[in-house]
Amino acid sequence: MGSITLKNVRKAFGEVEVIPGVDLEINDGEFVVFVGPSGCGKSTLLRLIAGLEDVTGGQIQIDGKDVTDAGPAKRGLAMVFQSYALYPHMSVRKNIAFPLKMAKMSEAEQEKRVSHAAKILNLDSYLDRKPGQLSGGQRQRVAIGRAIVREPSAFLFDEPLSNLDAALRVNMRVEISELHNNLKTTMIYVTHDQVEAMTMADKIVVLRAGNVEQVGSPMELYAKPRNRFVGGFIGSPNMNFLEGAAAAAHGAHAIGVRPEHWQLSTTEGAFPGKVGVAEHLGSDTFLHIQLNDGTPIIARAEGEFPVHHGDNIWLTPQDGRVYKFDKQGLAL
Amino acid sequence: MARAVSRNTRIGWTIAAWFVALLIFFPILYAIITSFKTEQEAIAGFDLIPSFTLDSYREVQSQYNYFRPFMNSVVIAVGSTVLALIVAIPAAWAMAFSPTKRTKDILMWMLSTKMMPAVAVLVPIYLIFLRTGMLDTRTGLVIVLMLMNLPIVVWMLYTYFREIPGEILEAARMDGATLGQEIVHVLAPMAVPGIASTLLLNIILAWNEAFWTIQLTTTNAAPLSAFIASFSSPQGLFWAKLSAASTLAIAPILIMGWFSQKQLVRGLTFGAVK
Repeated sequence: MGSITLKNVRKAFGEVEVIPGVDLEINDGEFVVFVGPSGCGKSTLLRLIAGLEDVTGGQIQIDGKDVTDAGPAKRGLAMVFQSYALYPHMSVRKNIAFPLKMAKMSEAEQEKRVSHAAKILNLDSYLDRKPGQLSGGQRQRVAIGRAIVREPSAFLFDEPLSNLDAALRVNMRVEISELHNNLKTTMIYVTHDQVEAMTMADKIVVLRAGNVEQVGSPMELYAKPRNRFVGGFIGSPNMNFLEGAAAAAHGAHAIGVRPEHWQLSTTEGAFPGKVGVAEHLGSDTFLHIQLNDGTPIIARAEGEFPVHHGDNIWLTPQDGRVYKFDKQGLAL
Repeated sequence: MARAVSRNTRIGWTIAAWFVALLIFFPILYAIITSFKTEQEAIAGFDLIPSFTLDSYREVQSQYNYFRPFMNSVVIAVGSTVLALIVAIPAAWAMAFSPTKRTKDILMWMLSTKMMPAVAVLVPIYLIFLRTGMLDTRTGLVIVLMLMNLPIVVWMLYTYFREIPGEILEAARMDGATLGQEIVHVLAPMAVPGIASTLLLNIILAWNEAFWTIQLTTTNAAPLSAFIASFSSPQGLFWAKLSAASTLAIAPILIMGWFSQKQLVRGLTFGAVK
């Protein structure tokens, strides 16, 4: 079991308040992603849950039990670090068995669990190597192995893929999602990469400056961003924002249109502009457009859209795909 | 960086390096040579070829038992080093992994005690030793040498520990390790090279220490440094015997240093090159 509840959790480093007060409910078995720009407090929040940092105020509950003052070892959670944090002097086998040894588990049981984890993670043939002899992806697998053998009530991932190259990152992303499907254990995953958040999460928690901006499923966040920040942060490439007359026509202070929600035309439309860089990927075409009033816009067309640098273009938002925001940035 | 060096330049540098090394080593070498001379030869003047007599060694051993100060030196050097490590490892751990605003100041303050001339505290320490009955005891010397070398030991360990990523210790904590297990299973094994060179250097420092060992001992606890000093006696200087005693005193540490030179060089240059 692994439900986690945060009640008005606050954290200050000296005078600086990093997390002014977070309330959050994480259900058992959920894959929750904390996402936000760097410095938004997402890693701090994870470390508070882990017990690696003391809270300044508020309460943390795991399975209904107050663990606010319990040490990291007592919380029954496992963590995978960005730097993998493997023990360099121990073999892969000993690394994975370390938490079991600390729990004073019998040698036979240790061996059984280690070989089980090694099988799941394809580490069988590396068990006697030292971490220094492994590649980045293998090291990350060992770190995950060390986490799963304990059968923790929840896994905490702190930007685990950011040290891997792009191709490996995609593979590991799938592997971690697959692992979650098999284990059905609560996972909390911290990342600044909204693509990771969108693809892996059951529930995304968007953070900014220590505040929870919105909590919801990826599609909820995509379809109904609570404010301009969430609208701009979720979705790739980012949402385009227009202010002034264009927004006033929709009765809003600002409107947002996602790159994939433009109707493009070379002859007519609502907003005229000029094509800057055109990225032709075959499957999609990304156009960097400058509207005649100077606003930069990114638009995505499905398949090939045959325009080039300097061509005239007209943009029209698709029906019902305009996000409206008031002066404070809140969604209307 | 690799630089093209001509053969001649290399030979030139090699000769220069050997010359400097010999120059530094010469006093020790000459003491060893002199120890194989007779007393007459020893005072006769500069001569690199001794008569290879072992008389001085025999006399040193018969007049003054070498093994007693030798054992004292071993006990004092090893004892003070082990004690210093026991105290310094937790101290350096705390400073490296949970530093406060004042950590740097504490380190500087500890080091500053090494800038004070030892003789400045001789009288108080002598009196403390006198009152507590620790004069001329191994225990007393172990304690005083431990205290003298502690700042350097803490500094060295602190530097090594700083190189260990904190996330690894946090991982151990997440894995259920207690503070003690964290130090024994994770920190210490990773710091072994650093702890080893600290240990070696401290043994050498303690072995060679000649101020406190001479001031606070007479016969019972006198180590080899005091043993050498006792040869510059009121009866006059006997160069050959003094040399033989010195050779005997430095031989163990020289041999130890020779076998551990790799570890020592790594220890002393640690952190200089990333």
